[in-house]
Amino acid sequence: MNTVVLLALTGLGLAALYFLVASGLSLVFGLADVLNFAHGLFLGVGAYATWWAAGNLPGAGAEGLGFVLAVAFGVAAGTLVAVLVELVLIRPLYSRTIEQVLVTVGLSLAGVALLQATWGADARPFPRPEWTRRVTGILGAQVPNGGLLLIGAAVLVLGGLLAFLHWTRYGLIIRAGVENREMVTALGIDVRKAFTLVFAIGGAAAALAGALGGVYLGTVSPGQGGSLLIFAFIVVVIGGMGSVVGSAYAAVAVGLLQQFVNYYGASGVGDLCVVALLAVVLLLRPQGIAGKVAHA
Amino acid sequence: MSATGEPVLTVADLSVRIAGLHILQGVSFTVAPTGVTVLLGRNGVGKTTTLRAIVGLTPRNGEVRGTVRMGAQTLLARPTHRLVRDGLGYVPEDRCVFAGLTVAENLRLAERRGTTPAYDRVFALFPELDRRGRQRAGSLSGGQQQMLAIGRVLLNDNRLLLVDEPTKGLAPKVVTEVAEVLERVAESVPVLLVEQNLAVVRRLARDAVVLSAGRVAWHGNAHELLLETALTKSLLGVGPEVRA
Amino acid sequence: MTESVVEVPPARVPDELTPHRRAWHGLRPYLPLLALAVAAVLPYSTVRLPGIFEGPLNSPGTLQLLAVCLVFGGLAAGYDLLFGRTGMLSFGHALYFAAGVYGTDILITRAGLPLWQAALLTVTGGTILAGLLGAVALRTAGIAFAMVTLAFAQVGAILVARDFGGLTGGEEGLPLDVSGLPAGLVGVANTVNLYWLALAYLALVVFVVHRVAGSPTGRVLAGLRDDERRIGVLGLDPYRFKLVAFTLAGGLAASGGAVYCLIVGGASPHITSSELTLSLLVMVVLGGPGTRWGPVLGGILYMYLDHRLTAFGTSDAVEALPAFLSRPLSQPLFVLGTVFILAVYFFPGGLASLRSRLAPLVKAGRAEPEGSRVGRRW
Repeated sequence: MNTVVLLALTGLGLAALYFLVASGLSLVFGLADVLNFAHGLFLGVGAYATWWAAGNLPGAGAEGLGFVLAVAFGVAAGTLVAVLVELVLIRPLYSRTIEQVLVTVGLSLAGVALLQATWGADARPFPRPEWTRRVTGILGAQVPNGGLLLIGAAVLVLGGLLAFLHWTRYGLIIRAGVENREMVTALGIDVRKAFTLVFAIGGAAAALAGALGGVYLGTVSPGQGGSLLIFAFIVVVIGGMGSVVGSAYAAVAVGLLQQFVNYYGASGVGDLCVVALLAVVLLLRPQGIAGKVAHA
Repeated sequence: MSATGEPVLTVADLSVRIAGLHILQGVSFTVAPTGVTVLLGRNGVGKTTTLRAIVGLTPRNGEVRGTVRMGAQTLLARPTHRLVRDGLGYVPEDRCVFAGLTVAENLRLAERRGTTPAYDRVFALFPELDRRGRQRAGSLSGGQQQMLAIGRVLLNDNRLLLVDEPTKGLAPKVVTEVAEVLERVAESVPVLLVEQNLAVVRRLARDAVVLSAGRVAWHGNAHELLLETALTKSLLGVGPEVRA
Repeated sequence: MTESVVEVPPARVPDELTPHRRAWHGLRPYLPLLALAVAAVLPYSTVRLPGIFEGPLNSPGTLQLLAVCLVFGGLAAGYDLLFGRTGMLSFGHALYFAAGVYGTDILITRAGLPLWQAALLTVTGGTILAGLLGAVALRTAGIAFAMVTLAFAQVGAILVARDFGGLTGGEEGLPLDVSGLPAGLVGVANTVNLYWLALAYLALVVFVVHRVAGSPTGRVLAGLRDDERRIGVLGLDPYRFKLVAFTLAGGLAASGGAVYCLIVGGASPHITSSELTLSLLVMVVLGGPGTRWGPVLGGILYMYLDHRLTAFGTSDAVEALPAFLSRPLSQPLFVLGTVFILAVYFFPGGLASLRSRLAPLVKAGRAEPEGSRVGRRW
C-alpha cells in the first residue's frame, strides 16, 4: 500500500512536470500550428536563470522568499525568451508551418549549445530550500516534498489557465482561435497578438517546470529540456492538440503509467508503454482524447 | 445595370491561382450601394474563392491579382482583420460558428473596443439567440447556427456584407426565415450574396453577377436574368422553375 | 481553420530542364560519373590541404572523416526521399540508421555471425521495422506524423540506453568485434577500403533515389507533396505510396548504418538521439530539399563542419577572442544551428539554389556587351 501511494504521488509529480511543458506546447500548436522544438530551450532558460539568480541576484537565494524571487526571475526570463522568439523568429514566417518548425529546430540545437557553452555540459547542483529535500508522510508513504511542490504548482497553473481561458477576452480569442483561426480574423481580431500571448504563457509554464524540475531532481543540465520535450510531445498528441484539459488528463495517464510500470516491470519498460499507449490512441482516436483533429 | 449611385465595391480584373490552378481569370463587377447583389454560377466556378479573395482569406499557396476597392479604399494586400474593422462583414460558407463556445461567447467575440455592440439590433432580428445565450453553439440546429453567424456580424456597423450560401443544407421553412432576415438586413446595408437557391435569389436580388469558367459571363438585373430561361439554364445548370 | 495545413517544400524544376551553354550541356550527364571517378581515385593522392584536413588526403584520419561524410551524404539523400520528395516530415529517421548500426554490431559481436549475414539480416530487419512503424505512423499526417515518428525513435533511444539483456552496452556503446571480419576491412591501413565502401553506399543511394524519383511512383510522390487531394482524386491510395517511400528510406538508412558501424568500429548511443534526426533535417534543408545533389552536399558539408568546427573552436584564432564570442563558437551545434536558422530565412532553396541565384549576376556580367540579351530569360 505504501509503495502504491508513493508511486502514485511520484507519478503525479512527473505528470505535473509533463503538464507544465505540454500545456504551453499544446496551446501554441493548437492556436498557431507551430510545433515548437524550442520549447525545451524555454525550460532550460528557466532552470538556469533560477540557478543564476539564486547565486547572484540581490535578495534572491535558496531559501524562503529569496527562493520565490529566484524562481520568479527564472519564469520571467523564460517568458521573455519565448516572447522574443515569437516576435523575432516565428512571426515573420506566419502560416509557413514547415519553415517555422525548421527555425525552432535550429533554435533548439543552437540554444542548448549556447547554454552548454556558457555553463558547461555537466550537471550543476540546483539551489533548493531545505524543506524540499525532506519527505512528508502521506498514508504511510514517505513522499519527497519537491514532488509535492511540483504537483501543487501544476494544479495552480491548470486552474489559472482554465480561469484565463474562460473568463478573459484573450482567453476567449485563444479558445476560438484553436477551433478556427481564420474565422477569428474574419471577426476583425488580430489573432497574431494572441500568438505572442500563448508563447508567453507557454514560455512561463515551461520555465516554471525548469525551475521546479531542478528542485525535484536537484541538478540542472543543458540537455534536460530535450528528453522531457519528447514525452511532452507524446502528452500533447494523446491529449489532443490545443486542449489544456486534455493535456492534463494525458499527463496524468503518462506519468502514472511510466512510474508504475518502471517500478513493477523492468526500468525503461514504462517509457516503452507510454509510446505503445500513443500508438493505441492514434489507432483508435487520431484526434487524441480531446481537441482538434490531429490530421494535416 | 440598375445600380444607383457610386458602387460600394468595385472588383476589377481579379485573378486567383491556387496551387497552380487558375480559379478566377480576370473577374470584374461592381456591387450597388443598396440592396442585394447576388453572385451566381455552377458549383466549383469560384464564387466562394471570389468572396474569400475580397476579404483577404486566400490560402497561402494561392496568388491574387487585380484590384478590389471599397469606396476609395484598396482592399487587396491588407490583413483580413483590418478590412473587417473597416466595415466589411463576412458570413462564411458552412456558418463557421465556434462550436465549443456558447452562443453568448460567440457574440462577445465580435465585440470591439471603442464601439457599443448593437445587441438590440441582433436580438430584435434573432430573439432565439438571446434565449439560448448559455447553450454551446455546436449544439444549435443548422438554422440557428446560421442566425448566429449573421448575428455576430451585425453586432457592428458594416459598409458591406459578404454572405456565402446562407441557405445551404437548411430545411425549406428555415430557408424562408433566413431569406426574410436577409431582406430586412439589406434595407440598411448592401449585401453581396452567394446563393444557389433561385427562389431566394428571386426574392432578394436586384443585381446578379454570373460566373462561368472563372470569368464573368453575365452582369445585370437579376430579374431579367431569371426571365431568360435558356440563359439561366446554360449558365447555372438549373431552370428558374426549380424551387427549394 | 478546422484542420491545420502543413506546407511542403515547393516543387522544383530539375536542373536538367534549364538549357545551358552547349559544351556544358553535352558534358553534364557525365558529371556525376566524373565526380565518382575523382572520389574513387582520391585516396591515391598525397596532396595536403592545410586548414581543411589535418593530414594528407590519403592519411587514415582524413579518409575516415571523408567516409563518415559520404555515409551522411547518402543518409541525407535517403531522408530527402521522405522530406523533399514526398513532403513527409519525419522526426524519427535516426531510428532506422541506429537499427542498422546496432543490428550489424550486435549480430557480429554478440551472435558471432559473419559480416554478410549480419548485414543482410540487419538491412532486412530495418526495412521491415520501417514498414511496420510507418504503417502506424502514417495514419496521421503533417505535424502529428512528425511527433509520432519522434516518439517511435525515442523507443529506440530508450532500448539502447537501458541495455536490455546486455545487448547494446548501454551508455558505453558496443565496440565491434573485428576478429571475424574480412581482413580488408580491419585495421588503420585498410581505412581506404572503408572509404570506398562508403562511396559505394552513397552512389547506391543516389542511384536508387534518382530512379525512384524518375519513375511513375516518383511522380505520384511528388504529387503527394504538392497536393495530396489531387492524388486521391486520381483514384490512387496516398497511404500506400507514402508507406512505400517510408519503407524504402528506412531500408536505405539501415544499410547506411551497417556501413557506418564498420567505419567507426562499433555503436554508441548518441546515434539514437533525436538530435541526429534533427541534423538530417538540417542537412537536407541546407543542401536543398527535393534536388538530386543538394541533400548529398548538405550531408557531406554538415558532417565535415561538425567535425572540423570542434577543431576550429579550440584553435588559437578563436581562443584569442573574448569569452562571450569564443565559447559559443567552440560549440559546433551553436554555429550550425545559427547557420541553419539564417538559411531558412535567407536561403530557402539551400546550396542547390546557389547556381540559379548567382545566375542573374553571372548573366549580367556576361551579357552586358550584347544589349539584346539583357532581360531575356535563358
